[in-house]
This record gives sequence, C-alpha cells and structure tokens, in this order.
Amino acid sequence: MSEESALARQLVSEIGAVTARIGRPVRLMEVCGTHTVELRKQGIHSLLPPEVVLVSGPGCPVCVTPSGYIDNAMKLVSEGRAVVATFGDLMKVPGASGRTLASLSGTGRVKMVYSPRELVEAARSSALPVVFLAVGFETTVPTILSSLMDAREQGLRNLLLYTAFKTVPPALRFLLSDPSHGIDGFILPGHVSVIIGSDAYAFLEEDGGRPGVITGFDGMDMLVGVLALLRLIQAGQRKVRNAYPRAVTREGNARALELMARTLAPRSETWRGLGAIPGAALGLQDWLADADAQLVLGIPPAEDREAPGCLCSRVIAGVSLPPQCGLFGKRCTPDDPVGPCMVSSEGTCAAWFRYGASR
Amino acid sequence: MKIEQILDRRRAVVSEGGVRVEVDVSLLADPRPGDHVIVHAGYAIETLSLEDAEERLELFRKLAELSGEPGGTG
Repeated sequence: MSEESALARQLVSEIGAVTARIGRPVRLMEVCGTHTVELRKQGIHSLLPPEVVLVSGPGCPVCVTPSGYIDNAMKLVSEGRAVVATFGDLMKVPGASGRTLASLSGTGRVKMVYSPRELVEAARSSALPVVFLAVGFETTVPTILSSLMDAREQGLRNLLLYTAFKTVPPALRFLLSDPSHGIDGFILPGHVSVIIGSDAYAFLEEDGGRPGVITGFDGMDMLVGVLALLRLIQAGQRKVRNAYPRAVTREGNARALELMARTLAPRSETWRGLGAIPGAALGLQDWLADADAQLVLGIPPAEDREAPGCLCSRVIAGVSLPPQCGLFGKRCTPDDPVGPCMVSSEGTCAAWFRYGASR
Repeated sequence: MKIEQILDRRRAVVSEGGVRVEVDVSLLADPRPGDHVIVHAGYAIETLSLEDAEERLELFRKLAELSGEPGGTG
C-alpha cells in the first residue's frame, strides 16, 4: 500500500473518531458544484460515517439560474436578433416551454463555447450581436470579463453579456439567515476562493455563523477538509480554515478582483430555489451599458417557474435530497432531464444519479 | 498545468501530461515559464505554490495523527 493510501485510511479513521466524539448527526454543506461531483465520483461520501450527512449548496451556477433566463435567451435566437453563445451545460436546460437552446441549433444562431476566449472571434465573424450567456460564480466571472475587455480593446462592440453572475458569500449569509437551516459547517469552494481569498469568509466567524474549511479537489484534500471541519465542530469553534493553501491566499487573485471591481456592481437577482438575495448577483457598471444585453436588447427580467414535481429548488437550498424527488431517476435522468439539477454536470441530482445515491 | 512558453501579455502555452494547449494568462500578475497554474475555462486563474510531495504528505500525516485539536493548515 502506498504511503498516501495508508494516510487516507488514517484520515478516514480519524474522521470516524471525531464524529463519534461529536455524538450526533452533522450536516456539512458542500457549497460548490465541483465538490458535489468530486466527493461522490471519488467515493469520499462512502468513506464517511453515516452520521455525517453531506448536503449540496447553491454552488452550481446553471442550477441557480431561473428558468425564464433560458426562455429569454431562446427568444433572442428564434427572433433572429442575436447569436447566443453559451457553455454547453446551458444548451440542455429546458425553459418553461420544455424546449432547450439545443433545439434551436439548426438556426445557426446558437454557438457553444468551451472558453470565453472563443467569444472574441465569434464577435469578429458575426454581423449580429453575439450575446454570451454569462452564467457563473467568482471563478468564471473574471474569465468572461477578460474576454469582454479583449474584444473591446480590439474595437469589437458587438459582444454583449447577458449577465447572471452570482457571488458565494452573500448566498451563504442568506442561507444562515434562515433559523431552520440545520447546517453545522461548510466545505468551502476551492476555486471560488482562489479568486476571492479566504478573508472573504470572515463573516462566518461572527454571531450566527458556522465553521468552514476551504478545500481542494483531490481525494486527500477532501478528506483533510472534512476532518478539519469536523474538528472545528467538535471543538465548538466558529472558525474559517484554509486547507487548500497551495492555491488559496487570504487576499485572493488581486488582478481578477480589480477587474471585477472596475466593471461590475452588486445587484439583487433571483436565485432559483432561494429567491432574490440582496447583493448576491453582479451586473455590468453603467460605463459598460453598451455591452449589457439586457439594456441593449431590452430583455425582460427572468421569471422563475419550476417544472411540475421538480424539487431542484429545495435541493439547491439543502432542504431536500435528490431521492426525495418523485422524478429522480425515473422521469428525470441526465439523458432526459426535467430540472437543472439533473442537467448540469455540477448538479446535485446528476452527481447522485451518476455516482450512487447513498447519502 | 505548467507554463511552457509566454507568447504575449495575454497568451501562453501550458502543458500537462504531454498535451500542450494555449491559455489566457491575463489574470496572473507575473506569469513565467515553469510556473504551475490552475486553469479554468481556458484562463490561468492562479499560480500554485507547489510544496514538494514529501512536504504535503507530512502535512497530511500530521493531520491524520492529531486528535482532539482543531485541524486546518493555514
């Protein structure tokens, strides 16, 4: 046995011992969709004692985007007003009509991209405005802004952003404001924290807060993160720890934060499942009004309507677990999804479906 | 991923497992060849401080053995 796997066993055994000392069930929220997937894909969930319940948080950007956003984007395409460019996940999310952007591929006005870098060429080669479905958290936000700035520096003014940018700290604050949240601690996101820095979570140490541990994504990182969090819970310490110091600093990525501060302003927007959270979204500042698709093209506010029977909104809020949904694994699968939690590769339902539904 | 070559103030070539791809490095303050970086959606978002493997194992070892003390590594 390699030393690493011997250590993993030791970590698992220590996790068991600390959980036993806590002496009651604990609910740990993994905030980030990547953790939702990796904890299950790497089988970490199956190594934890049954008293440790992992609940998914609101950190899947596609999942928290209201359904009306998709309808608005589809309307731009079907009316021939713009080319809509998007990451692949959003192509498969049904709008209120049940149809998807993928169903409009034949128009030639839907463009899937892997990186925002592709947007500059897309804008250059299009006579129509190119509207990017700018969905994401702090990790993705600066990459999209960087591409927008690149396009503008090259004189391309037909790249527009339809922003649905979301920010993690206000969402956590909002979750904690509900006295019935039942969360004992947070497994804090690795890559969001790369951008915003560990100091951004200082509010978790205040009254009403909960301990949190910034955690990386390999198996050992996640075991260490869970163990560190359980120890904080056992000791009754409302502290934030950084268990991913090789990537995350206290201050975050200064260049990315500077770019965001120069271009964006906080807004209140609807999060699917959570409603309108004060200041938990980011929109373009006034000086970039000519790049704001909602203003330039007169896009109405996105309504949030959920498909009948879909529990995605409750799953996002950490209230329900996927198997509690009557559609899960039956009417709703990754191949034929009903709600965004099953569509997105980072969605909780998709992760449970693919990697086992035990806990 | 490791930076192999800086092409201009925005573009660099990175490699992992022998595969070379071009990424945007405009979000890094001072990208240099040899740096290990985290890449997200075609952009390098941070330079990794790579503790050597032995140091990392030592950290995990300490964490596994400590008991009762709150964990955390920074």
